[in-house]
Amino acid sequence: MHWLGQPFQERPTQLFIGILIAALAVVTVLNLALPAGHPLHVSTYTVTLLGKYLSYALLAVAVDLVWGYLGILSLGHGAFFALGGYAMGMYLMRQIGDRGVYGDPVLPDFMVFLNWDSLPWYWQGFDMAWFAFLMVLLAPGALALVFGFLAFRSRVTGVYLSIITQALTFALMLAFFRNEMGFGGNNGLTDFKELLGFDLRSDATRLGLFIASGVALALGYVLCRAIVGSKLGRVCVASRDAEARTRFLGYRVERVQLFVFVVSAMLAGVAGALYVPQVGIINPSEFSPLFSIEIVVWVALGGRATLYGAVIGAILVNYAKTVFTGVMPDAWLFALGGLFVLVTVLLPKGIAGLLAWRFKRPDFHDRHPGDGNLSREEATA
Amino acid sequence: MRISEFLCRALVLCLLACFPLVTHAQDEDSGQALLEALDTSSYAAKGQAIEALAASGDERTRYWLETLLDGKLQRNKDSGRFVVVLENRGRNWPVEDALTGESLGEMSRRDLDRIGINNALRGQLQSTLAVLDLRVDDLDARREAAARLVGEVDDELAAPLAEVLEEEQNAEVRRYLSHALAIHRLEQGDATAVDALAGSLDSKVRAALNQATRSDDAKLADAAQQALASIEQKLKLNRGLETLYFGLSLGSVLVLAAIGLAITFGVMGVINMAHGELIMLGAYSSWAMQQVLPGQPGLAVILSIPVGFLVAALAGIAIERSVIQHLKGRPLETLLATFGVSLILQQLVRTLVSPLNRTVVTPEWMSGSVMINEALSLTLNRLYVLGFALVVFIGLMLVMRRTRLGLEVRAVTQNRAMARSMGIRATRVDILTFALGSGVAGLAGVALAQLTNVGPNLGQSYIIDSFMVVVFGGVGNLWGTLVAGMSLGIINQILEPWAGAVLAKIMVLVFIILFIQKRPRGLFPQKGRAAEG
Repeated sequence: MHWLGQPFQERPTQLFIGILIAALAVVTVLNLALPAGHPLHVSTYTVTLLGKYLSYALLAVAVDLVWGYLGILSLGHGAFFALGGYAMGMYLMRQIGDRGVYGDPVLPDFMVFLNWDSLPWYWQGFDMAWFAFLMVLLAPGALALVFGFLAFRSRVTGVYLSIITQALTFALMLAFFRNEMGFGGNNGLTDFKELLGFDLRSDATRLGLFIASGVALALGYVLCRAIVGSKLGRVCVASRDAEARTRFLGYRVERVQLFVFVVSAMLAGVAGALYVPQVGIINPSEFSPLFSIEIVVWVALGGRATLYGAVIGAILVNYAKTVFTGVMPDAWLFALGGLFVLVTVLLPKGIAGLLAWRFKRPDFHDRHPGDGNLSREEATA
Repeated sequence: MRISEFLCRALVLCLLACFPLVTHAQDEDSGQALLEALDTSSYAAKGQAIEALAASGDERTRYWLETLLDGKLQRNKDSGRFVVVLENRGRNWPVEDALTGESLGEMSRRDLDRIGINNALRGQLQSTLAVLDLRVDDLDARREAAARLVGEVDDELAAPLAEVLEEEQNAEVRRYLSHALAIHRLEQGDATAVDALAGSLDSKVRAALNQATRSDDAKLADAAQQALASIEQKLKLNRGLETLYFGLSLGSVLVLAAIGLAITFGVMGVINMAHGELIMLGAYSSWAMQQVLPGQPGLAVILSIPVGFLVAALAGIAIERSVIQHLKGRPLETLLATFGVSLILQQLVRTLVSPLNRTVVTPEWMSGSVMINEALSLTLNRLYVLGFALVVFIGLMLVMRRTRLGLEVRAVTQNRAMARSMGIRATRVDILTFALGSGVAGLAGVALAQLTNVGPNLGQSYIIDSFMVVVFGGVGNLWGTLVAGMSLGIINQILEPWAGAVLAKIMVLVFIILFIQKRPRGLFPQKGRAAEG
């Protein structure tokens, strides 16, 4: 397990993990130790909000792994996130048992409403936590495996890959909107009661979910850092910057790409699974192409190919979103749209790029991320 | 008979003598005499009077016969005037003069005598009325009347109808009439009638043939069965043609939406995610033109073609200058930045106009449909959009192939440095090309406004489809875009009946995703050095 321990030797990782653990501890203490009226008290509502940001941050790390280090701009990572979320949602639905509106001991409410008389085969097993948690990893992983296998084998790269990943999530959104699919259609899955026996509405459970999201983010970060720092990671970067050359050197680029893509999809699935119990609902809008492309802008704002930049970007953008949609909802799309334009035009290396420039950190070892991604200009110049 | 007629005449004379004033006013009106003849107690005489009426050529004949059929043609006992009852409720009925049509106020029901008819006369009246409609000069009215008669012919009507058929010149009306007569003969058990009906798509003909297949006469049933089978065949063909038409129509929309992208993405290599919003701007300019020119939807639509082009082209130039030129050679960043632009444009429209959908009025000459036969009619607005898409396509093709601009665009995209060293101003070409592609998106919007509602989300729903079409067809190839758009439209329409609209769309998306795995460069990949992009 040398490669997994490797990241802890690196300064940035130590710093990141340190800050993350400190933040988790501070929020926990402020939430538990201080009385509700105290100015520094962190309410449970805020804790859940922060937990949501952390699950988004994990998702952003997953996207950064493929975009930053593989050069694959996935506009469909929302699909993996949503699949993980649905797997978790199905487990939570089964946990409701006979406490639903219709009181059916097995069937979720929406199935009773649709006059279904038995569970579809793909709902079997989701009453067991271990199975559901396995599915959180396997469902997005399997989709990424099939999709990636087909795409990388035929060397679909660059813009084409981006567009078909977008088509993939769009197709899935349309499919999940259908009632016949058996995932609650338009309304999705909601009205969850408890997770592993803990009441989802209790403050303790919410704090627990927040800490779980933080831990998952830390683990995901270390895993990604380990992959990136390993020889595999160097092949990734090589294939990002010059795919053809890497191939000529004898590396099976498509296998590397497939492996990293599947890992990334599974991380996204975990993020979705943590997200669902905290917001209390999962519906097909998580599959929307807009959401997937929003994730990319978190990463772009934070800075590609840094991993910690993705975390900063996800938290900043989502905090801004919370503020904007609360204060002036109409302005949010202006702000988001402006962010897309400004970051790409003025801040190509994101906030992490600014930090690196400020502190002259030696680990910022990029050529321009994505230069390997063929532009017509380069190919013909 | 003679006697009754004589009595009738006598009565008329008496009345005439009694009311000289009334009759004087009308004695030049031949209608009076015709109606007089109806007022007899003998039904046989009434029958003759109806025939006389029908033969008279008086333009009020239809009115009289209809009111007679309804029992509303009545006669005032005192004045002898023929009146038409407008509403027979209560004690006093509002009436009008049967000859002049002027209102006569109300008359007591006691003062009125109804001109009675029996069942035989009713039948005669109905067929006379039907034949009457078939003898008018207006072709459309004749056609309609003939179509109405199919399946409604009885013994009484058969003979006069056959006469009308002899005289009729118009082929379509003749076809209806012969079908009507043949169905009648079929009902009589005449097997030869089947031949006359074979190949007709009229649902009434099919119903009659269906009836005939259950006939006791085995030969007749057999013949009817065969005719039905051939009709089914023909119907299937027509349904196929209809699907093809809808597919082409959907395809033309896809081609229109994608063809601008084929220029900006395909030829220039710029990923413009705001392309859908440029379409939306075109649609909104169509809507705005109608607000500027209220009451003249036709003019507004024609003017909105150049206006939509200009608005979208200017917006495109603004996007190119402000965003895209800074991101040259970084396609993925271009994608993100233009996506941001699309969000801003959407929200801009939502804030400035309204988040709600707007409707664009379809001008009269674009609404309605062209009927090819009973089973196939083509809606006009879709036909126009189809034609428009082809015109735009040909226009673009000419610009790219035959003009200086097209030559320069191709030169710059193939080898920018070389083109510049030959004296081509590459930056100017970039702007013009992008403006062209954007303007075409605006044209697509103008066309789309005729088919769907105009709303802030209009563009979003087309962006993925448009990219799919361009990628499927092969980037950098306008023909590929045309073929891809049309075939995707047709595939969608073929799948739709048995898979449902949403599932059909999903299947098409999955199909393209799989197709791109197999042929990453689309249907018509570019060859040569330009392809190494």
